[in-house]
Amino acid sequence: MAAATASQTIGPYWHLLEDKSWADLTRFGAVGERIVVEGRMRDGDDAPVTDACVEIWQTSPEAEDFPGFGRCATDAEGWFRFTTLKPGPVGGNGNALQAPHLALTIFARGIMIGLRSRIYFAGEALNATDPLLCAIEDAERRASLIAEATVPGVWRRDIRLQGGVAGAPETVFLDL
Amino acid sequence: MSTADRDTTPFRPYAPGTQPPNDAPSYRSTGKRHPGAALVALPHTVTERQGPRFDPRRFPPLLDLSTACGGKALGERIIVSGRVTDEDGRAVARTMIEIWQANASGRYDHPGDQHDAPLDPAFHGAGRVFTDDEGWYQFTTIKPGSYPWRNHHNAWRPNHIHYSYFGPGFATRLITQMYFPGDPLLELDPIFLSIPDRTARERLIARFDLETTAPEWALGYRFDVVLRGRGATPMEG
Ligand SMILES: [Fe+3]
Repeated sequence: MAAATASQTIGPYWHLLEDKSWADLTRFGAVGERIVVEGRMRDGDDAPVTDACVEIWQTSPEAEDFPGFGRCATDAEGWFRFTTLKPGPVGGNGNALQAPHLALTIFARGIMIGLRSRIYFAGEALNATDPLLCAIEDAERRASLIAEATVPGVWRRDIRLQGGVAGAPETVFLDL
Repeated sequence: MSTADRDTTPFRPYAPGTQPPNDAPSYRSTGKRHPGAALVALPHTVTERQGPRFDPRRFPPLLDLSTACGGKALGERIIVSGRVTDEDGRAVARTMIEIWQANASGRYDHPGDQHDAPLDPAFHGAGRVFTDDEGWYQFTTIKPGSYPWRNHHNAWRPNHIHYSYFGPGFATRLITQMYFPGDPLLELDPIFLSIPDRTARERLIARFDLETTAPEWALGYRFDVVLRGRGATPMEG
């Protein structure tokens, strides 16, 4: 049997595909607690990443006409911004329960195979027992996965592709 | 085990050598964009085992890039077809495929592309298709031209079409590029060469296909893609 096909970079011109409405997961009329999830992406030189494709996927909440999937381009300052529904807890493996989270993939020029991560939400009681968060011992790295509320309903989670200057920790990326 | 939408079996890890590393020094842009720390292993949960579904009624197919802007795009018209399966050879049915590419002169209809080659008002370069029940897809386009990039002195990308696949789970998401047989630029291209395993690399090269070549009209190329298969047993729990 053949192995899975090789990945290649999305390159700088993927915006030919872009439909800006995809950044709003409530556009088909899904009803629920609406939130904004935003952040700024930087590289190992602290420079904003201005040509990335950010994708999110969430299996929760289960709402009618909710695609669960969104795509957003980073802008000229490296910002991405989604409108979505606040996820709830998600069943885990065995008896585990996962804290509310969004799955995240980053594609860009210079990224050969999409970088996987997650976005959790500060203040959730389940964060203390979430299997992935518990597996990351370094508190600063663990915090790189957790969005903070900047104003009510707006959550911010910056992304650092590579640690380096300016001291900000590298985002935790996952091997799926 | 079922192959239904709600299958909860995890996907298999990638076979060694078949995927490019994110730290690929000969492709300069990877320098400041690859993680320095080791990736953290995440056993697949329901989040990774399931994935988005796209309904063609909301995401309408665009099957002919050569006529999508009205009129006929300049260049060599081609028909690209193929099959999407998983690592066990099972069809990946009704999955969405996105396509984008440069025009016949090697220029993208994109503000970032400043290559001194003509734009073609009859060609935009974006398409969308869905596989059928057996995993087959087909679309019509024009053969994209080569274009220069600034990675190193006199660097030119081989002719290629960009592809985006979803498959059954979030973990099967794939972005790749399809190349053309006999292209002398392939053996000079750091992006193509970044895949360590030669066989895995060469599977990104479409093959000329007389069977789908339409007489008096267009050459046919065949490009098959394999997405990750479900593991035989769940990793835990
Ligand atoms: Fe390209």
